[in-house]
Amino acid sequence: MTTAPKHLKLTVAATALLALAQPAAADTLRLLTWGGYAPEGVIEMFEAETGHTVEVTLSNNEEMIAKLRATGGGGFDLAQPSQDRIAGPQEEFGIYKPMDLSRIDAAQFIPSMLEATKDNTTVGGEVYGVPHVWGTSGLVLDTAKAGMVADYTDLCAPEVAGQVSYRLRRPTLIGFAFAMGMDPFAAYGDEAAYAEILEQVESKLIECKPNVKTYWGGGDELMNLVRSGEVVAAMAWDTGGWKLNEDNPDVTFVAPASGALGWVDTFVLPAKGQADDAAYAWINFVMQPEVAAMITEVAGNFTASKGADEFAPDALKAKYQASFTPEALDNIKWYPPVPAGLEAIEGGVLDRVKAAN
Amino acid sequence: MTAPDLECRALTKRFAPDAPPAVDGVGFSVPSGSFFSILGPSGCGKTTIMRMVAGFLEPSGGDILIRGRSVLSVPPNKRPVNMVFQHLALFPMMNVAENIGYGLRRRGTSKPEIARKVGDVLERIGLPEIGTRRVDELSGGQKQRVAIARCMVLDPDVLLLDEPLGALDLKLREHMKVELKALQAAFGTTFVYITHDQSEALVMSDAVAVMNRGRFEQIGSAQDLYYRPQTPFVAGFVGDSNRWRGRVTRVDGESLELQTDGGLTLRAARNGRAIAAGDRAEVFVRPEAIHPARDAAALEGCANMLRGEVSTLLFNGAASRVRVRPEGAGADTEIEVALPQSGAFAGLARGDDVWIGWTDAQAGAFAAAAAE
Amino acid sequence: MTGTSARLGFVLLLAPAALWLTLLIVIPHIDLFLVSLRERIGVGQYTTSFANYGTFLDEPLYLMTFARTAIMSVLATALTLLIGFPVAYYIAKLARGRTRSVLFLLCLVPFWVSELVRTFGWMILLRETGLVSSLLQWAGLAAGPVELLYNDAAIMVGLVYTSMLFMVVPLITTLDSLDDAVIEAGYDLGGSAPSILREIVIPHAMPGIVSGCIVVFMLSLGNYLTPIMLGGKDSLWFTELIYSQFILRFNWELGAAFGFVLLLLSSVIVWGTLRLTGQTLRETMG
Repeated sequence: MTTAPKHLKLTVAATALLALAQPAAADTLRLLTWGGYAPEGVIEMFEAETGHTVEVTLSNNEEMIAKLRATGGGGFDLAQPSQDRIAGPQEEFGIYKPMDLSRIDAAQFIPSMLEATKDNTTVGGEVYGVPHVWGTSGLVLDTAKAGMVADYTDLCAPEVAGQVSYRLRRPTLIGFAFAMGMDPFAAYGDEAAYAEILEQVESKLIECKPNVKTYWGGGDELMNLVRSGEVVAAMAWDTGGWKLNEDNPDVTFVAPASGALGWVDTFVLPAKGQADDAAYAWINFVMQPEVAAMITEVAGNFTASKGADEFAPDALKAKYQASFTPEALDNIKWYPPVPAGLEAIEGGVLDRVKAAN
Repeated sequence: MTAPDLECRALTKRFAPDAPPAVDGVGFSVPSGSFFSILGPSGCGKTTIMRMVAGFLEPSGGDILIRGRSVLSVPPNKRPVNMVFQHLALFPMMNVAENIGYGLRRRGTSKPEIARKVGDVLERIGLPEIGTRRVDELSGGQKQRVAIARCMVLDPDVLLLDEPLGALDLKLREHMKVELKALQAAFGTTFVYITHDQSEALVMSDAVAVMNRGRFEQIGSAQDLYYRPQTPFVAGFVGDSNRWRGRVTRVDGESLELQTDGGLTLRAARNGRAIAAGDRAEVFVRPEAIHPARDAAALEGCANMLRGEVSTLLFNGAASRVRVRPEGAGADTEIEVALPQSGAFAGLARGDDVWIGWTDAQAGAFAAAAAE
Repeated sequence: MTGTSARLGFVLLLAPAALWLTLLIVIPHIDLFLVSLRERIGVGQYTTSFANYGTFLDEPLYLMTFARTAIMSVLATALTLLIGFPVAYYIAKLARGRTRSVLFLLCLVPFWVSELVRTFGWMILLRETGLVSSLLQWAGLAAGPVELLYNDAAIMVGLVYTSMLFMVVPLITTLDSLDDAVIEAGYDLGGSAPSILREIVIPHAMPGIVSGCIVVFMLSLGNYLTPIMLGGKDSLWFTELIYSQFILRFNWELGAAFGFVLLLLSSVIVWGTLRLTGQTLRETMG
């Protein structure tokens, strides 16, 4: 923590020097993102084209926010949290700065997605985020051994006892709520109603606990569990299922009956970002269809880039179509922004589930 | 006649099958209530004997008997033998009373009985008030006495002492010699004492065994060892001696004549040892057996008479000596002579001409083959 | 003159350590303590109170996790001592020369790889399709695959393994300083092996035992990876609560309060242990 301001000052000094020497402004873009979202090849192309350099830091939603909170929004020039994690933290901690939409080439985005993300990330009339990569979470199944699992609640069935794994995080709570016939997103605005839904989910998860082999923590851990055959049904991301499918054709991603949970990772500008020019340049660069397709190939997920599908690998498209029928696609439940404070209720539930015997 | 407190029979210890034995067929017996010392240079095997008696080492051969009973199959914590270690090995985590009471506690003696016995033994070693003191608060001499008390309170048949005075300074060591002897007399326990310091052994012991290279050279009283050494090693190791090597030219009854390698002709006694003319032999003469004189007439009756020059004066009060270089001998031949305590030769100076002489009975000859 | 320059030298020598302590230990702790006293009363609004500490005391789960962590750490410490003592005794008193260095090195080797890799190693061994399970089946001792991972025993194994060196080293140091003659004297005066262990060896090794126990206890209490990775769905560890408050819940205030509670607990337990065993911190650390 103590090194961050120093690092910042150095960067400021370096940037100032560079700015003096080169009016064309070649910056260092400090990018806080997910694994796979900034492949080497893309960075090289970007650096060659713009003269900016890119420093990548890999992270996840919670850590991105924690890092930015620790420095009050400093240390990075561009971050990529999910769209539901922008409005709440912005209200609470003020770690982002508004997007200048005039500097973004809106024509490169799938219009419906851009609009939805803009709506979800608006705080006080200002837009804070634009969409980048999207995907879903649902069920990863060994269809030969756990073909009967059609929804999250089926993970508690005796047929798969001891061979089930899911994360003890908020997507599990939301997924189980939907599978139990409730609509947690509708209750986001009403803390009492939300707490009531979670109470039911809590008892279900506690009841289900003996069925669970372990709560997985990292993607690698889950991959190992499924690959070794120790786990035959899990709640996980779509890309995980597709990757496992390459090793074992029986394993794949299945959209649950109650609907897969859809997430969108965005671009946001940290409040104390130093290289906005480079940040906007990066956004416009990676949203080009060809570049977006390169990212899809590495990350395994599709992007909000219009026309990128054409360039995406066929194998991935085939898996995607196998997992998502048109109805399943319509049924995707997109995460709305999480109001500040809900995490505390969810945290209590998760703690109690973990502690239950 | 009761069995001796400690008896060793043909005791042998080899640490490796092909190495020379550290202890080689040693046999001795220690009568009840006596003070027995084993004296020898470091590495001679005396500590090995001690550790075998205490039970920390198993003999390769021979037997150890305590009061007539073999203890070879008895583990160290069951042997009626206790040991005072070289560095005393008091238990630093216990106070003095706990140290002394340790063995009694292990025997299951009742608490009041332990307190009484510990009090008694502290009284006997003259330190009645130190029971609650910590070990590191004691002086060197006090530690010594506590270490002995810790063993004596168990009333052992034999007390082994492994150079316990080695760590003390000279003055305290002199004092403790006397004190140890007195303690032994007071307790009446059999002491077996190991040392490389001849003065410790000679002062305290009823009998001393001189040990060299795993064997006993001679067992006897201090006087025996000093005045009647039976081997050249004992003659050389116990007390100071002038020593010559040479060839025997004539044997005449108990007396013989020897031509030294340095060119002197000496007369010596063979004390019943088999030495013939033509043999190589060694002769030992104590400095105090040599009489200095201003002229030859004063040395009447001495079989050996030499004239020489004082080369060095070694003044040490009553134990003052001079070194004399005899005429007709090589420059490296010097004879050490004790000055009589009468002070008759107090005026002797370096370079003075003196006569020295000694009787042939005072010069013990040993066959040289045995000396090697 | 010399006094002044000596004092100056002393100050200069001490400066890096003092600076390090102040910048990296004292200031962050004060800052964290202030954070722990903040109570969130609305979006972006805070007031000063002990509410976070109140939350800790009110919620049975937190107290339970706290107690569980403490008890498991004490147990892990005791187990480490039980396993480490004979090892240390063997290395310090019985092994000689080469064997001794080799054995000591063997204790050290696990620390050449990161804790993460070590923990993964245990996962590979203990998992259902892992080595131990396969061996048991091969030997006919188990009918089907055995899951040895994801339970408290696995946590214990991991903690003991991770802490072993920190117990063995201080033990070897203190046992080394025990004169062999003192042990022999114990035998000579009629002591049996258990009584010598109890009355001579253990009292002598007490400073090493206590300092080893303190280090192992602190390491176990503050361990994060091992309980999370080996413990599976029932692993409740207090550090995990702190992590989740800071990172997952964005609740730095409660996380900081938890941190201070943990600091307090470890200090109290260490202090209590020292009092109970009659050791002082100076003896133990000196």
